[in-house]
Amino acid sequence: MIFSNLAEKLQDTFDKLRGKGKLSESDVKSALKEVKMALLEADVNYKVVKRFVNKIEERAVGKEVMDSLTPAQQVIKIVNEEMQNLMGGSQEEINISPDPPTIIMMVGLQGSGKTTSAGKLARMLSNKGKNPLLVAADVYRPAAIRQLQVLGERLDLPVFSMGEDSDPVDIAKGSINFASTHNCDTIILDTAGRLHIDQEMMEELEGIKGAVDPDEILLVVDAMTGQDAVNVAQNFDKRLDIDGILLTKMDGDARGGAALSIKEITGKPIKFAGTGEKLADLEPFHPDRMASRILGM
Amino acid sequence: TGRTNIDDELFEELEEVLIQADVGVKTTFALIEKLKEDIKEEDIKEPEELMKYFQAELKAMLQNEEGTFNFDKDLNIIMVVGVNGAGKTTTIAKVAGRYKDQGKKVMLAAGDTFRAGAIEQLQIWGDRLGVNVIAQKEGSDAAAVAYDAVQSAKARDVDLLIVDTAGRLHTQKNLMEELKKVKRVIDREAESANAQVEVLLVLDATTGQNAISQAKLFNEAVDVDGIALTKLDGTAKGGIVIAVKNELQIPIKLIGVGEAAEDLQNFDPEEFIEALFSNGE
Ligand SMILES: Nc1nc2c(ncn2[C@@H]2O[C@H](COP(=O)(O)OP(=O)(O)OP(=O)(O)O)[C@@H](O)[C@H]2O)c(=O)[nH]1
Ligand SMILES: Nc1nc2c(ncn2[C@@H]2O[C@H](COP(=O)(O)OP(=O)(O)OP(=O)(O)O)[C@@H](O)[C@H]2O)c(=O)[nH]1
Ligand SMILES: [K+]
Ligand SMILES: [Mg+2]
Ligand SMILES: [Mg+2]
Repeated sequence: MIFSNLAEKLQDTFDKLRGKGKLSESDVKSALKEVKMALLEADVNYKVVKRFVNKIEERAVGKEVMDSLTPAQQVIKIVNEEMQNLMGGSQEEINISPDPPTIIMMVGLQGSGKTTSAGKLARMLSNKGKNPLLVAADVYRPAAIRQLQVLGERLDLPVFSMGEDSDPVDIAKGSINFASTHNCDTIILDTAGRLHIDQEMMEELEGIKGAVDPDEILLVVDAMTGQDAVNVAQNFDKRLDIDGILLTKMDGDARGGAALSIKEITGKPIKFAGTGEKLADLEPFHPDRMASRILGM
Repeated sequence: TGRTNIDDELFEELEEVLIQADVGVKTTFALIEKLKEDIKEEDIKEPEELMKYFQAELKAMLQNEEGTFNFDKDLNIIMVVGVNGAGKTTTIAKVAGRYKDQGKKVMLAAGDTFRAGAIEQLQIWGDRLGVNVIAQKEGSDAAAVAYDAVQSAKARDVDLLIVDTAGRLHTQKNLMEELKKVKRVIDREAESANAQVEVLLVLDATTGQNAISQAKLFNEAVDVDGIALTKLDGTAKGGIVIAVKNELQIPIKLIGVGEAAEDLQNFDPEEFIEALFSNGE
């Protein structure tokens, strides 16, 4: 399970601290070194880890903590608090427009899981009584439209496409008309995967955003991503002011630290977790519960 | 780095570069420990000399003895495996394009019968490249597709057959069993055709520490012969392959640097390490 390794390592460190009576500054430092290693091994970004550990050290090495009756408990408490800050609070829903249709836009790197997650979201929303429309705005990847159409067929939900020769901005605009004539209250835009440093392709997303003013822009991120997650999230957020993260491929043995980094760097919440290839494999993400699990609370 | 002394700060800088390139904590620390010992033995005193030495060591570590592929047999088969979305199908198209351009007769097998649109994706690539694609319908048995494809390849005097497989997480036991079965069928059919089989693992350069687990488990299941590292055109450095090579000795053969058929290169340790230490683009 995601973060289980990190959880184990942190518990170990905490146990060692608890086993000590009085704490010396070097006890705390070596515990923090272990925390640092555990976070880095979980793919949390180097800079984020450094900042995180420094913050704890500042708070923990003070006189109040060291001279308190239960210094180990104090240090653990500080780590817990900072960890919870890092993860974020309770689950955040997607923005639903009071004036339908609600427009949701999926963006992200190539292969992160946008198209599949678009299908999963459509299913989830349809189960909640919405009438979603899937929109094929990826005109580049071979068979991307077909892929979305197959998902639409499986879900028995409409898919709007204008073929591969249309401009994604026009497709997004066109989908609004289609939605209103087909009684769809939710539009899910599947966009092509792209690199965050690809100027032209990033401008295309800005164009779509400008044209249809989405209620929710979800950055789809692969849970196995390493240190680069921060660059990716920062760029997408700067360009599009994203609303949240959908973290995919959580069903493997990824350590998932990238999620922590993205949250810390962008301040945007992780809203959903993809936990498999099937359309039912999507769950709301609860940062607070995840933090408790990591910390064994 | 413009430093004048070899000191702790220099090593910390190195640590930062390596970890931020996804080399991983364990490998990074091991490499730096070894470096510290080496510089004593080699009597290295200048930071610049140290950097040169270190980079040379890393390049040597990543050097492959053999070439990319050697197609000595009448029929050569490449089976392409990896986790979901790593870039398998696109890499297949790129490899097919390269060898077709070299005058080889190439054939593709649509062994991903699972993911929506996967067969069509490969077929579109086949059309673009002018390469035959053997496919059955969605949901059919991947091993049966592979069997068919090897038979066709034999019958049609194909030089290179590349078999696509569905993306799967290495932790999914049943799917890894399925992959083994596909491999067994290919091996068996290849033997009677005196063909050569090579397994290519596709790793996404943006992947962090998980790539080690991927390489380990795919290697255990189907004996990986080489790695293609994709998506190096982004800002990710792909340093995890250093750890993979270090731990598993699997050669890195190819890199993907874009989404088009021509965006394929042979892995070059020299360039890879220079890029790893360069900041910015
Ligand atoms: N195991 C697992 N696989 C997933 C998950 N989400 C998506 N996938 C798989 O990841 C691969 C890529 O998914 P896509 O939905 O095609 O990704 P994409 O971001 O649309 O890709 P591009 O359009 O090429 O950029 C597919 O094989 C999906 O089945 C998940 O939560 N778990
Ligand atoms: N930028 C970039 N994108 C790439 C590269 N290789 C593949 N891609 C893109 O990554 C996405 C996924 O590629 P696929 O070839 O479909 O990946 P796959 O491993 O076959 O995916 P599944 O079959 O779903 O597991 C597509 O959008 C490709 O265009 C690369 O080297 N650079
Ligand atoms: K790069
Ligand atoms: Mg897609
Ligand atoms: Mg594929």
